[in-house]
Amino acid sequence: MAGKPKLHYTKGRGKMESIRWLLAAAGVEFEEEFVEAKEDLEKLRKDGALLFQQVPMVEIDGMKMVQTRAILSYIAGKHNLYGKDLRERALIDMYVEGTTDLMGMIMALPFQPPEAKEKNFALIIERATTRYFPVYEKVLKDHGQQFLVGNQFSWADVHLLEAILMAEECKPDILSPFPQLQAFKGRISNIPTIKKFLQPGSQRKPPADDKFIAQVKKIFNI
Amino acid sequence: MATKPKLYYFNGRGRMETIRWLLATAGVEFEEAEYLETRDQYEKLLKDGALLFQQVPMVEIDEMKLVQTRAILNYIAGKHNLYGKDMKERALIDMYVEGTMDLNEMIMCYPFSSPEEKEKNFALMIQRATNRYFPVYEKVLKDHGQDFLVGNQLSRADVQVLESILMIEEYEPTALSEFPLLQAFKARISNLPTIKKFLQPGSQRRTEPDDRIVETVNKVLQL
Repeated sequence: MAGKPKLHYTKGRGKMESIRWLLAAAGVEFEEEFVEAKEDLEKLRKDGALLFQQVPMVEIDGMKMVQTRAILSYIAGKHNLYGKDLRERALIDMYVEGTTDLMGMIMALPFQPPEAKEKNFALIIERATTRYFPVYEKVLKDHGQQFLVGNQFSWADVHLLEAILMAEECKPDILSPFPQLQAFKGRISNIPTIKKFLQPGSQRKPPADDKFIAQVKKIFNI
Repeated sequence: MATKPKLYYFNGRGRMETIRWLLATAGVEFEEAEYLETRDQYEKLLKDGALLFQQVPMVEIDEMKLVQTRAILNYIAGKHNLYGKDMKERALIDMYVEGTMDLNEMIMCYPFSSPEEKEKNFALMIQRATNRYFPVYEKVLKDHGQDFLVGNQLSRADVQVLESILMIEEYEPTALSEFPLLQAFKARISNLPTIKKFLQPGSQRRTEPDDRIVETVNKVLQL
């Protein structure tokens, strides 16, 4: 019998958070081992546990998987969250790459030089409201279905919800031009596994604070 | 009958090149739409609603206007049996190609480095290739002793690793000197008929980036 997946990462969101969301959405219990100091990362590297010397790493089904997208694709495929055919997969892939780009901008913000912060923050809001959210709003409007792809719950829905909540942390009223997305957010948040993940005490991680940023910079030499 | 896939991008490698490699490997004939050379052309594509997230690459294929490099590559690989035979092989392929794509990102961004950063970026790119990525693929080949990276059959992983090797060698011709298995791999994969054809002059392979393409991209995307 397979053990629970084991996640190796810092005790924050970063690139691992989407993986936590997807496992939780799929109802998969998982364990975490946190990288808290540089020595923890060095030990993983020295043990040959990290294929490209990087985290995230997830021990799952006898593999030590690395590379965020590889891990997410595997989990989605395994738990029937990746559409029913190649075309649905293509749609899911496109949508997820969009939300990945948006969340990547938000994630990178605390690590940018102070002079660039204000400009980059404004760019995030602009991209969210003129490049990304209008696309998903239109997808939902055009087909009138509950989920983004194939009239069934998929990785794309989980990822979009995650992106919406992250964007709202930047600007609470960011969804005001997007009624379909507001309804989508309510609907997907109420799915039992996701509702559970959104409750306090779950393995969802909070936004990065200054102390955590400092720790991450030290661990990764950035 | 399906029409040929049609590629929308600049007249350069960038993010489209891996897609060209994969189509060529699969023996799929493809067309390039008018190369993006002016801001006006780009704005026309935007106005026509052809670019889902306002970005290129975009590939018209099987009546879809696909965007996002990985979505396009995943679709082509899946359609043409270059994505392994099961989930576990897919997982390996995905890990390996994500590595090449991280390396390719460095290669692609290098010509856009500011003058102060160029030397540092060059050194890091070569270091990552020879210390982080190539050793992994060398070990994979050594451990299983097979001709291909995954599942004893040609996959996108082989194509993408070959592409990365050749691009790094353009900057550092001795990059494979410590990797005998990758040297043999390079020769073997280069000799596969569709790939051999793609590597010949006159193919749709794009040339190394130069100042002109950097200028064009900066102008069109207003970077």
